[in-house]
Amino acid sequence: MTDAIAFDDVSAARGETTIWSEGTFTIAAGRVIGVIGPNGSGKTTLLEVILGLLPAASGRVTVLGDAPHRGNDRVGYVPQNYTTEIGEAIRCRDLVTLGRTGTRWGLRHHSKDDRAAVDSALAAVSASEVADRRLSQLSGGQQQRVAIAQALVGDPELLLFDEPLANLDVHNQHEIVELLRATHAARAVTILVVVHDINPLLSILDGAIYLLDGHAHYGAIGDVVDSELLTHLYDTPIKVVRTAQGDLFTRS
Amino acid sequence: MLPSLADVGYQSNWIDVLQSGFMRDAFIGGTLVAIASGLIGYFVVIRRDAFAAHALAHIGFPGATFAVLVGIPLTLGLALFCVAGGLAIGALGKRATNREVSTGTVLAFATGLGVLFASLAAANTSTVTNVLFGNLLAISESQIRIFALFTVALALALALIGRPLLFASIDPHVAEAKGVAVRALGVAFTVLLALAVTMAIQAVGTLLLFALVVTPAATALALTARPLIVIALGTGIGLASVWLGLVVAVVFNLPPSFCVVTLAFLAWITTRAATNTQRRPAGSAGPTRPQS
Repeated sequence: MTDAIAFDDVSAARGETTIWSEGTFTIAAGRVIGVIGPNGSGKTTLLEVILGLLPAASGRVTVLGDAPHRGNDRVGYVPQNYTTEIGEAIRCRDLVTLGRTGTRWGLRHHSKDDRAAVDSALAAVSASEVADRRLSQLSGGQQQRVAIAQALVGDPELLLFDEPLANLDVHNQHEIVELLRATHAARAVTILVVVHDINPLLSILDGAIYLLDGHAHYGAIGDVVDSELLTHLYDTPIKVVRTAQGDLFTRS
Repeated sequence: MLPSLADVGYQSNWIDVLQSGFMRDAFIGGTLVAIASGLIGYFVVIRRDAFAAHALAHIGFPGATFAVLVGIPLTLGLALFCVAGGLAIGALGKRATNREVSTGTVLAFATGLGVLFASLAAANTSTVTNVLFGNLLAISESQIRIFALFTVALALALALIGRPLLFASIDPHVAEAKGVAVRALGVAFTVLLALAVTMAIQAVGTLLLFALVVTPAATALALTARPLIVIALGTGIGLASVWLGLVVAVVFNLPPSFCVVTLAFLAWITTRAATNTQRRPAGSAGPTRPQS
């Protein structure tokens, strides 16, 4: 199987400032990978490099076999918090439809295929019942589901999530994690999730990209969830605990 | 000229007035303005760009007085200043910090320039009043030809870029990742808005423009969120305001701008009151919004 993402000595910069460098790793297709690091370490920047929104300052990036480029239909993207900015202006169904038809010029009507794809994406995230409501009429967890449906409607091979659990209560966090698990099980898809708290996702992650001291690293999840590494990463004492049931979690 | 108080009241000859040539021009011109405003208004509201529309209207004031000063057609002066202002605001970008402060500062300066041009041109009060408050009854046949051209251009442009513009307006982060030229569409949008504003200033004036470009679309959006229906409904509310406003203005000898704006305002306030009570879910705190 090919690699979904390959970094070869990649660095990212905004203007003159280097955000991180020396990123060399490959992510095999079909994995679920976390992106962790302290605030301002460049987690979102990493997603922007993969999306082709920010060209790598140096090194070579390969995404699904190609150089990263904007408008890649094989990549789905759910930005951080963005549903809150959209509010009243649009129905859930129309937002998901834009994920499929939003780049088309002209007045052409949506085809039967488009409508079927939108219905099936909404069904995949259990949002069919709220499809005709405005986004602002939904709870935070439901809004996140609709955002995920918009990313799924293009049938992507790579899904990028930026803090999908931010601002959600514990129950909704759990629901979204289960939705990611189900999505991964149902589709041949590689998933990258930016998170500031790795705990809710530990049960589904195969590995993590961690941004440590200005460098991007990758490790299998068993190696990343390490007391010494996490303590260094977040600059705060973190213990790794394994329960009698075999569940892994971290605590500070 | 605004009527003096004694002239306001029922006019027995209103049927004759309605049938006159200048009324026909007012209806045709007002119709074109309402259509253009309805088309662009939806995008203004969903982009939360109402302030830009307001700013462009103010930038039109020096455009109009400049036209009087150098002796070019009013529409040309307005279009020149509004398009240039639109490009400047568009170049600032949607995400620019302090954009409202920069826009507001520029529009205050523009209004100052307008005062200067008006005094240099020794423009009479009625010219300045027409720019500030609009005068549907003063629309000429040559203006109507330009309005028709602008409205057709606006409709064609929006038919072409409507969907990507909607995507870029609603959801700029994802749209950009999907390859939509968000920035370029933003600039194209402000130029189209400038065309609509150029027309609307001549109908309802700089100070009342908001009521025709923003209010009908906002009213429609409160009633439904389906994009094409919002556009159709917003245009319909604008048309009804203009047509009814003109009739009421003639029947009671009131300023047309006042009547048009009042009708748009009444539609908005009624809708707002109705949807507010309807949306509040009984016995619950309502949908929870994530806090950012």
